[in-house]
Amino acid sequence: MPGRLASIALAAVLLSMVVPARAATIEITMDNLVIAPPEVSAKIGDTITWVNRDFFAHTATARNGDFDVMLPPKKSATSVLKKAGTIEYYCRYHPNMKATLKIEP
Amino acid sequence: MLIRWSAAAAAAMMLSSPVLLQGASAADKPTDPQIAHIAYTAGVIDINAAKQAQKKAKSKDVKAFAKDMLRDHEAVNKQALALVKKLNVTPEDNETSKALSKQAADKMAELDKLDGAAFDKAYVANEVAYHKAVNGALETQLIPSASNAELKSLLQTGLKIFQGHQQHAEHVAAELK
Ligand SMILES: [Cu+2]
Repeated sequence: MPGRLASIALAAVLLSMVVPARAATIEITMDNLVIAPPEVSAKIGDTITWVNRDFFAHTATARNGDFDVMLPPKKSATSVLKKAGTIEYYCRYHPNMKATLKIEP
Repeated sequence: MLIRWSAAAAAAMMLSSPVLLQGASAADKPTDPQIAHIAYTAGVIDINAAKQAQKKAKSKDVKAFAKDMLRDHEAVNKQALALVKKLNVTPEDNETSKALSKQAADKMAELDKLDGAAFDKAYVANEVAYHKAVNGALETQLIPSASNAELKSLLQTGLKIFQGHQQHAEHVAAELK
């Protein structure tokens, strides 16, 4: 019996290890017309916090149409990542602002 | 007076519009209150041009461009007003501002006579030339002359945005052909 209990306990431990780590929150800033960091790796379920430090509006717009986030001056917004892929995104108002977001399954 | 200008400034000025050239040489080295006035006036001019374009433009791209100009220039001017208030500076009218306003009024009257595709083309061509001239003045005259660090930094941010506008305008102009 103690042996069986131990194996249940072991199974519980193993199970908790298999359950994915808690989703992360990753900050991406837009400051003085620059997106930083320019390359971010994330996982499905992670949250991106978009922070616009500028006094004018930006957008974070995926070239493949997956997202289009409006960022008013000095405001932030969040997106929860739901689809895997390597996404090139840019600001529609200032197309020189470009960056990449890698979303792993 | 021109002799005192650096070669780089002189080269940039040759590319600029006649008004910025005249205005620039009329004022030897603008003071911060004058710089604030020139920068604000330059913004108002492009805001008014964008409003005219929103009414008259035909092409979807030109309309979208005008909307972008309105959004950014209003944001920069709002920030400029907040800064002069904070610094307790009263923007001071000057020959460059006056010449800029006069040239802009003439241009608006000229554009007002055009319609449809002809308007779109002329508006965008002027936006290219105008941003080129303003960026040249910012780079060679206004930014180097600004003595307050916050004013200088605002002008530098403005330059960065307006360089993007110039590229955007050039892109739209190329698409219209
Ligand atoms: Cu932007």
